[in-house]
Amino acid sequence: MLIEQLINGLTLGSIYAIVALGFTLVFGVLGIINMAHGEIFMFGAFIGVMITSTLNAPLWVAFLGAIIITAIMGYLLERFALRPLRHKQGVSHLAPLISTIGVSILLENLSHHLFGAGNHPFRTSFAEISFQIGSITVYLVQIVIFVISIVLMLVLTFWLGKTRAGKALRATAENLETASLLGVDTKKTILMTVIIASAMGGIAGILVGMAFNSVTPQMGLSMGLKGLAIIILGGMGSVRGAMFGGLILGLAETFIVVYGDSGYRDAIAFLAIIIILLIRPQGLFGQKIST
Amino acid sequence: MRGLMKKLVGLTALSSVLFLTACGGGGNEESSGAEGGKVSADVGVVSFLTGSGAAYGEAIQGGLKLAQEEINAKGDVKINLIFEDSAGKQDQALTAAQKLINSDNVTAIIGPTLSTEMNVVGPEADLSGVPIIGTSTTAEGIPQIGDYVFRNSIPEALAIPASMQQAIDKYDVKKVAILYGNDDVFTKSGYDTMKKTAEEMGLEVLTTETFQKGQSDYNAQLTKIKNLNPDLILASALYNEGAVIMDQARKMGIDVPFVGGNGFNSPEVINIAGESSNGLIVATPWYSEKEDEKVQEFVTKFEEEHGHVPDQFAAQAYDALYILADALKNAGSSDRDAVRDALAKTKDFEGILGNFSFDEEGDVLMDPTVLVIEGEKFVEFK
Repeated sequence: MLIEQLINGLTLGSIYAIVALGFTLVFGVLGIINMAHGEIFMFGAFIGVMITSTLNAPLWVAFLGAIIITAIMGYLLERFALRPLRHKQGVSHLAPLISTIGVSILLENLSHHLFGAGNHPFRTSFAEISFQIGSITVYLVQIVIFVISIVLMLVLTFWLGKTRAGKALRATAENLETASLLGVDTKKTILMTVIIASAMGGIAGILVGMAFNSVTPQMGLSMGLKGLAIIILGGMGSVRGAMFGGLILGLAETFIVVYGDSGYRDAIAFLAIIIILLIRPQGLFGQKIST
Repeated sequence: MRGLMKKLVGLTALSSVLFLTACGGGGNEESSGAEGGKVSADVGVVSFLTGSGAAYGEAIQGGLKLAQEEINAKGDVKINLIFEDSAGKQDQALTAAQKLINSDNVTAIIGPTLSTEMNVVGPEADLSGVPIIGTSTTAEGIPQIGDYVFRNSIPEALAIPASMQQAIDKYDVKKVAILYGNDDVFTKSGYDTMKKTAEEMGLEVLTTETFQKGQSDYNAQLTKIKNLNPDLILASALYNEGAVIMDQARKMGIDVPFVGGNGFNSPEVINIAGESSNGLIVATPWYSEKEDEKVQEFVTKFEEEHGHVPDQFAAQAYDALYILADALKNAGSSDRDAVRDALAKTKDFEGILGNFSFDEEGDVLMDPTVLVIEGEKFVEFK
């Protein structure tokens, strides 16, 4: 029972982590919270459902399709909702936040019209593959989700730390004007970041669809809020923070159900976050702001 | 703006009342009362015909019209239906009912569609001494409004125990686990009924787990339930969440049957969960595939006209008009009090819903049909 629940918690936590990685990437560079991330994630899941169920295409096509479509959505988001607000006189620093909230509402309602309000099952033979270890059933999808979240974290850490593009990105995050003066194409860097974050959202969407066999237009909102809580817990802009924050929240939610009352699942998980933040206001892996 | 709208609505209502009284005067004498052993009566219908719930109103209207044609063709009773739209709003339902009672002089009213509407229309009809039959109002306390208020829609408090009883008898259930959505009034009240019934039946409730609307991961709750080894799972969920719960439960290896409430009773469960939906037991007032001549005739006729199989709203409306026609025939006149008394005596009426009687309060006495999903299809539970 304990091991089964541990697997449940790790799966949920890994999904949270992948969603949170997308959040943290955009926050780390642009300093804004992309409230539309949850909805892009939801669209990724729907694209996966459409490609596998309606077109009967194999799973890798679904992944490819979801990545392409969510990347395009990321491009449009940056081009039309974020860029026009940058470096304009008199634009409040909250304006991009509000504009991403607008995009999220637009996307949620759009998906209501395109896909309907109901629940869509995600049917692939891949999601059915399982192993039996004793009385425990482990699904391959659960392992894949865990592995993908770890791989994404490692790749992101390496990319940000060691590659030229990653260094350019960090320079942009540090100071936009200076980076620009030093020859970094900041426009391109920002655009790339939003696109990569969105594509990661799309991947997460398909993984959730496969793991839980449930895709609805409302799934973006709750996932988005969880992702937001996680990056605050892990430290804003920190890749490791998003990873561990996600795992902590996923495990906490699962074990509250095991040892407590499922009615308090979210309440206690978020209470734990508040307590951690009281002790470490900068988050688990956040840097203390020094003057 | 609002004030103006109100005035306009008021004015329209007033003018239509005047208009209808004016032409109602002549028509009434010939249309009501017995003529040579044949009873004819005006029956008012208040229904949700426009707005978000228009689909309910459409189904109800379809069921009523079909019943009206058949009854009038038989010739014992002649019924004239007068439809009024409530748009799902309490005030509009009340205005419509008042118009039917006072200016159209109807013998009885069928409707309104929603329980909230019935809560304002019921007392008005009761006060005016007009028998009223709800065909889709399932909230508690509706028939208790007064002597003139009836319903033929089975409340959840009756449906859930019926399905639980049959499941328990068949599978020899001793221990159950309960799972319910705690952020929805409907699923919460379903849970209350389940809990009460489980206590009355002396079942051991191993655990009570909750979830919220739109949740997609139920593995933690289900793993806990799996390890407690229940004989049966009681799930008060709407079909969207319910179907996903069943899917995840079956994947995990939970193979015991589920008993669900009315919100779980939808063909969508099969669409979403596929073969994982096998073993879901629900009680329903209406089963369109029942091997019964009357039922199949109704389904065929309705399908010809509307292009789809009738739902429970159409079926309940259809039966309600037959019950009323029966009462009119027994009363022998279209006098409101005589019809009420005859309605109250309705017993063992064989309709398309099954064997139907009113209890002393005007509530439903009927065994709902219990269905189970087998081979990805709803079949009768035996």
